Amino acid sequence: MNIIRLENVSYDYDAGLPFAAHALKDINLDIEEGSIVGLIGSTGSGKSTLLQQMNGLLRPTAGKVYFRGEDIAGRRSGAGNICAQVGMVFQYPENQLFGEDIVSDVMFGPLNIGCSKKEAWERAAAALKMLGIGEEDFRKSPFELSGGQRRRAAIAGIIAMDPQVLLLDEPMAGLDAQGQKELLDTIMSIRRKRKMTVIWSSHSMDDMACYVQRLLVMHEGRIVRDGTPAQVFEDADYLESIGLGIPQAEAIVRALKAAGADVETDALTIGQAADRIEEACRRARTQKEGA
Amino acid sequence: MGRSVTIGQYYPADSPIHRLDPRVKLLGTLVFLVTVFFIKNIDSFVLATAFLVLVIVLSRVPFRLMLKGMRAILAILVLTFVLSIFTVPGQPLAHLGALTITREGLRTALYMCMRLFYLVTGASIMTLTTTPAKLTDGMEKGLRFLRVFHVPVHEIAMMMSIALRFIPILMDELDRIMKAQKARGADFQSGGLITRVKGLIPILVPLFVSAVRKAEDLANAMEARCYHGGEGRTRMKPLVYGKRDAAAYLLLAIYTAAVILLGIFPLSAKL
Repeated sequence: MNIIRLENVSYDYDAGLPFAAHALKDINLDIEEGSIVGLIGSTGSGKSTLLQQMNGLLRPTAGKVYFRGEDIAGRRSGAGNICAQVGMVFQYPENQLFGEDIVSDVMFGPLNIGCSKKEAWERAAAALKMLGIGEEDFRKSPFELSGGQRRRAAIAGIIAMDPQVLLLDEPMAGLDAQGQKELLDTIMSIRRKRKMTVIWSSHSMDDMACYVQRLLVMHEGRIVRDGTPAQVFEDADYLESIGLGIPQAEAIVRALKAAGADVETDALTIGQAADRIEEACRRARTQKEGA
Repeated sequence: MGRSVTIGQYYPADSPIHRLDPRVKLLGTLVFLVTVFFIKNIDSFVLATAFLVLVIVLSRVPFRLMLKGMRAILAILVLTFVLSIFTVPGQPLAHLGALTITREGLRTALYMCMRLFYLVTGASIMTLTTTPAKLTDGMEKGLRFLRVFHVPVHEIAMMMSIALRFIPILMDELDRIMKAQKARGADFQSGGLITRVKGLIPILVPLFVSAVRKAEDLANAMEARCYHGGEGRTRMKPLVYGKRDAAAYLLLAIYTAAVILLGIFPLSAKL
């Protein structure tokens, strides 16, 4: 079943002004419930704008956005607010922390959607623990934590609202490699536990290749490719022409092929690349022995 | 929401007004603002309007953009109009309950609103056609004589240009933070006064934190490039007056003299 549906959605910044910019052009999109969808595109291609359409932060200039078949333009603030069902984590979410301590910051969202104080505290505590922040840190000021912990606390602020859809706008930007991997694994395990639909924009082709089931490519406000990562990354020349790349693993096997090796080029992860190279070596060996 | 602020916004175009030396535009704006208060009769009004229209046409900035800035002072305009139309004593025109509209009141109200309108339009033409960098350059060079009186002209100009530069940055930041908190169900529109003021905390705290951090980054970046104040500092693009600027000064002088003269000796019958 489709949880989010966009119909002919267009969006202009500064509509009606001389510097009006078309950020989205006639987007049609169905997001299946429970799926994990990746969104790639160069800077300014409209990824963030698209995500913000899905939880009603921006209203389309033309077209309609549906959540479970209901037009979200009709939703207003309060308990029925769409943001309770569609959570969004912005880029550098740690910059939005304001609470005196971590736990009250995380409680902000649940309280806004009508939870009692007790329930909000329980939700906040559960969300923080899921993101790996222990009870001993609950009463700390956000500014006492490290950058990575602050980001986890900010994400907990969204998870505590128990959304059915989680929109992530470049959630890994600015973290070190170790921190990225840990955070990604945490988010994926929460997704499994809560059966959330995740739509996630990123600049990392490797992450996309490893984690998502469906990959959307945006260019100048349009969705120009839509398919499995394998399908999308097949057309490396096109991706390069719009300022994107392919996963490292794929790049390696392609380079080997270009250098004359007899290797299959359908590798998305490092593991798959290793397999393809091993197969190629085995083939070469049997060929030599046969000769 | 941040995008609706027109004051201080630059509109890129290639027009005679854009190419003028910023000092001309600064002084010109100042003089124009002063002359607006000399408009006392229909003659000077027509002349000032003609001058303003000429500058607007030459600047190639869409008039709509200037009107947008007017929204900010709409409340002041209405208040001024209502206050002066009822309070100025004189020949009565109409009665509205206990209130009386007088001929003099109507006249004062119209002139007051026109003056406010011209003041804002005049000032916004300057900011719309001059980049903040040029504006502060012009200010620094134009006010250099004040150094004799130990006024730190360079430092003030630098502070102004940084402040101007930060307005759009902080506006963007504000927009981002508001969206992020809205995504967490924050509601800035409903509730009583106290609820609304409390609702500002989730916006203001992150905004201040970010402003302080950005200021620190900027200070470091300036130090890393050996900034040490204005002493011995040269300009990449020094301001030099050209023929165009001389012509503009001449036009400005003629206009000013004419407005003041017409204000004192009107050609047509007194309105």
